[in-house]
Amino acid sequence: MNRERRIPRKELPPEERVKNFDEVAIGYMKEEAIEEAKRCLQCREPRCMKGCPVGINIPKFIRAVKEEDFVRAIKIIKENNFLPSVTGRVCPQENQCEGSCLLGKKFEPVAIGALERFVADWARDNNIIEKPEVKVSNGKKVAIVGSGPSGLTCGAYLANLGYSVKIFETLHKAGGVLAYGIPSFRLPDSVVEAEVEYVKSLGVEIEIDVLIGRIFDLKELFQNGYGAIFLGTGAGLPRFPDVPGENLNGIYSANEFLFRVNLMKAHLFPEYDTPIKIGRKVVVIGAGNVTMDSARVARRLGRDVTVVYRRTEVEMPARKEEVEHGKQEGLEFRFLVSPVAFYGDEQGNVKIMRCIKMKLGEPDASGRRRPEPVEGSEFDMNVDTVIIAIGQSPNRLIPMSTRDLQITRRGTIVVDEHEKTSIEGVFAGGDATTGQATVIAAMGSGKRAAESIHRYLSSK
Amino acid sequence: MHEIFKKRSLAPGYTFFVIKSPRIAKKIEPGQFVIVRVHEKGERIPMTISDFDREKGTLNMVVSQVGKTSRLLASLEPGERILNMLGPLGIPSDIESFGNVVTICRQGTAGALYSIIKALKKAGNRVTCIMGAKSRDYLVLENEIGAVVDELIIATDDGSRGVKGYAVSALREYLKKNQVDYILTIGSSKMMKTVGKIGKKYGIKTKASLGAIMLDGTGMCGACRVTVKGNTRFACMDGPEFDADEVNFNELIRRQSFFKEEERLAMELFEEGI
Ligand SMILES: Cc1cc2nc3c(=O)[nH]c(=O)nc-3n(C[C@H](O)[C@H](O)[C@H](O)COP(=O)(O)OP(=O)(O)OC[C@H]3O[C@@H](n4cnc5c(N)ncnc54)[C@H](O)[C@@H]3O)c2cc1C
Ligand SMILES: Cc1cc2nc3c(=O)[nH]c(=O)nc-3n(C[C@H](O)[C@H](O)[C@H](O)COP(=O)(O)OP(=O)(O)OC[C@H]3O[C@@H](n4cnc5c(N)ncnc54)[C@H](O)[C@@H]3O)c2cc1C
Ligand code: SF4
Ligand code: SF4
Ligand code: FES
Repeated sequence: MNRERRIPRKELPPEERVKNFDEVAIGYMKEEAIEEAKRCLQCREPRCMKGCPVGINIPKFIRAVKEEDFVRAIKIIKENNFLPSVTGRVCPQENQCEGSCLLGKKFEPVAIGALERFVADWARDNNIIEKPEVKVSNGKKVAIVGSGPSGLTCGAYLANLGYSVKIFETLHKAGGVLAYGIPSFRLPDSVVEAEVEYVKSLGVEIEIDVLIGRIFDLKELFQNGYGAIFLGTGAGLPRFPDVPGENLNGIYSANEFLFRVNLMKAHLFPEYDTPIKIGRKVVVIGAGNVTMDSARVARRLGRDVTVVYRRTEVEMPARKEEVEHGKQEGLEFRFLVSPVAFYGDEQGNVKIMRCIKMKLGEPDASGRRRPEPVEGSEFDMNVDTVIIAIGQSPNRLIPMSTRDLQITRRGTIVVDEHEKTSIEGVFAGGDATTGQATVIAAMGSGKRAAESIHRYLSSK
Repeated sequence: MHEIFKKRSLAPGYTFFVIKSPRIAKKIEPGQFVIVRVHEKGERIPMTISDFDREKGTLNMVVSQVGKTSRLLASLEPGERILNMLGPLGIPSDIESFGNVVTICRQGTAGALYSIIKALKKAGNRVTCIMGAKSRDYLVLENEIGAVVDELIIATDDGSRGVKGYAVSALREYLKKNQVDYILTIGSSKMMKTVGKIGKKYGIKTKASLGAIMLDGTGMCGACRVTVKGNTRFACMDGPEFDADEVNFNELIRRQSFFKEEERLAMELFEEGI
């Protein structure tokens, strides 16, 4: 066994993967997983667990893998995490469990994410569906708004505790960002679908095509017999840079672009009815995970893709792995550049992006150095398609339609440490309360909210 | 849910539906719309609810067959279901006591006006409807709207019914002789742009219901963004009605035709049965 280096994860070669939407990272084989599990030091005070927002007993499940007892492994994982085949793929492990792993102090940390994914995929492939013991129904109803990771997690926990849970989702498919945002080469549709089915199998009902705030408001949900409500409505409102020409044809928000491709399968037009139009020179503005996903999707549609960011590579909030993958796939990067205006042709199609060069000044509130425009440095870039991925704000319909629901200036729903909002019986979590964060953070808050709802309804 | 209850052809290319959808029928207000999807590989398209019956739990819809999805929708028969239907969406139409109101539409868009006209009447307004069409064969809901409004003015391109000419010309004539407090228009962007200009000239509050391209219809994609008074707004959440003279219609017209080639291709394949 090699303590220093982890068992490498195989990947599709870049030339091949830019031609399709197949998953880039190939999971461990059984033997590889067992070998990797042997690297774990089985620390008595495991630091890795502190790095996991939902506190999975990592050494315990890794030990089960080492002993080739995958059924035990999945049981251990599922005690704290309902969606391991999702988190094993998309968690920013380098900042979380793996970032805290003791072995990582000297060598490469244990590949916790890959092991988690292996166990979850193995269980799914072998039809081992570990269901926790469901308590008998207590006859109490809870409504959950939004079927993203926070809502699914909250629902699953409450169902286990005996509540009758209904999730309302406005889109025609459940999963939130997992379904409409994260592309299938990072998170295949089949994985999301299986996890949603699992949550349903616990007794959670999911109703699609229901926009809460228009068809029912929160008061009506209470009137319909729901004792408590969880808001897991996410941060789906796209931000635009507020510069001239931003509504020209060919300028998409990242959400629109990803929504068309991931949810509506527009890349398969005309087999699927939703179109997408993308020119030869594509520019993606931003530097987060959403930026990288948009750029890599555009690349798969066969275009020259440049990522434009107003700071430098060091400040990019996207996962390092995603940036690396993007580079391998042929993305270009232009740092210290920001758009100031867009110009189009007679048909209103975007053709030119006027930019200004930036330099880094003093650190701002986030600790990153603030970009400042360099006077007189404007220049033009030829573009055919622009994808704007500069961030999303919380969905505004529920705050707009709910009096007394306290929100911050950024539009996030105010909650206390138990995910309680300013309205009695209403709880919230995930991106709706934090702004765009991570899948696992959303799940953590869904779990906390479930506990809080349980306390609330038990005392009533 | 969302089962087709009744169906009838109103004019060539225009289909009228009554749909069983009790929950939406209970909540919807005049001027709101739904987003539908008709098959597993289908797109999401917006449709205004023409009228509703809260007791019977039904919704009425007038579908103009302009492309593949609207044709597929129009091909549904009683007893069949619409796969997905999300609503109500958008902000309801302003229903106040304005005084003298003129509504103006062309052919199929009369459908979208119907429940608004009824509500405006109920709120005590004197309501006139100016209805344009290619010829008398293309008039939609003529009798139904005629039965509700105080005055129905028909304008056909060929003069086969009512006055000869466009609806906007009839509006100009009408405004010369009548004092009007409020104008509402639903039609092509080109027509609504002209109506907005006319309304402004006379200093009359004029609203237009915009047909921006939509995807989710809930404020998550920005496909429907329009420029109103220099600011970006989302037609699905902030609209669909806006003050007509503040809308950048040229931009809207360009945005509406962005997918023209794809739409043509989809239609050609559809017609060839592929
Ligand atoms: C492109 C992209 C890539 C990402 N990549 C990663 C990654 O690699 N790793 C990671 O950890 N995180 C990633 N994230 C962030 C992560 O996906 C989110 O933090 C997480 O999904 C938040 O979960 P949530 O449950 O709060 O909300 P969401 O997943 O946003 O789900 C909210 C759901 O609520 C529904 N909804 C909203 N309003 C209503 C209403 N009024 N009525 C009914 N339904 C409603 C929405 O339709 C949506 O389905 C990414 C995000 C995006 C957009
Ligand atoms: C708020 C609103 C209410 C509407 N109400 C009605 C109604 O009551 N009855 C009716 O017949 N039509 C209505 N429409 C228009 C209807 O949505 C389009 O005609 C339909 O989407 C066309 O789809 P298609 O595939 O048949 O045609 P396509 O060939 O795809 O397109 C034809 C034209 O329709 C428009 N269009 C295409 N896709 C969309 C889309 N996703 N969203 C909006 N417009 C699109 C474009 O301008 C396009 O040029 C409404 C539109 C909006 C925005
Ligand atoms: S859930 Fe995420 S952070 Fe926790 S162990 Fe799994 S991969 Fe690591
Ligand atoms: S910190 Fe690393 S080595 Fe220690 S138990 Fe956790 S995974 Fe194993
Ligand atoms: S249709 Fe997506 S934001 Fe309006």
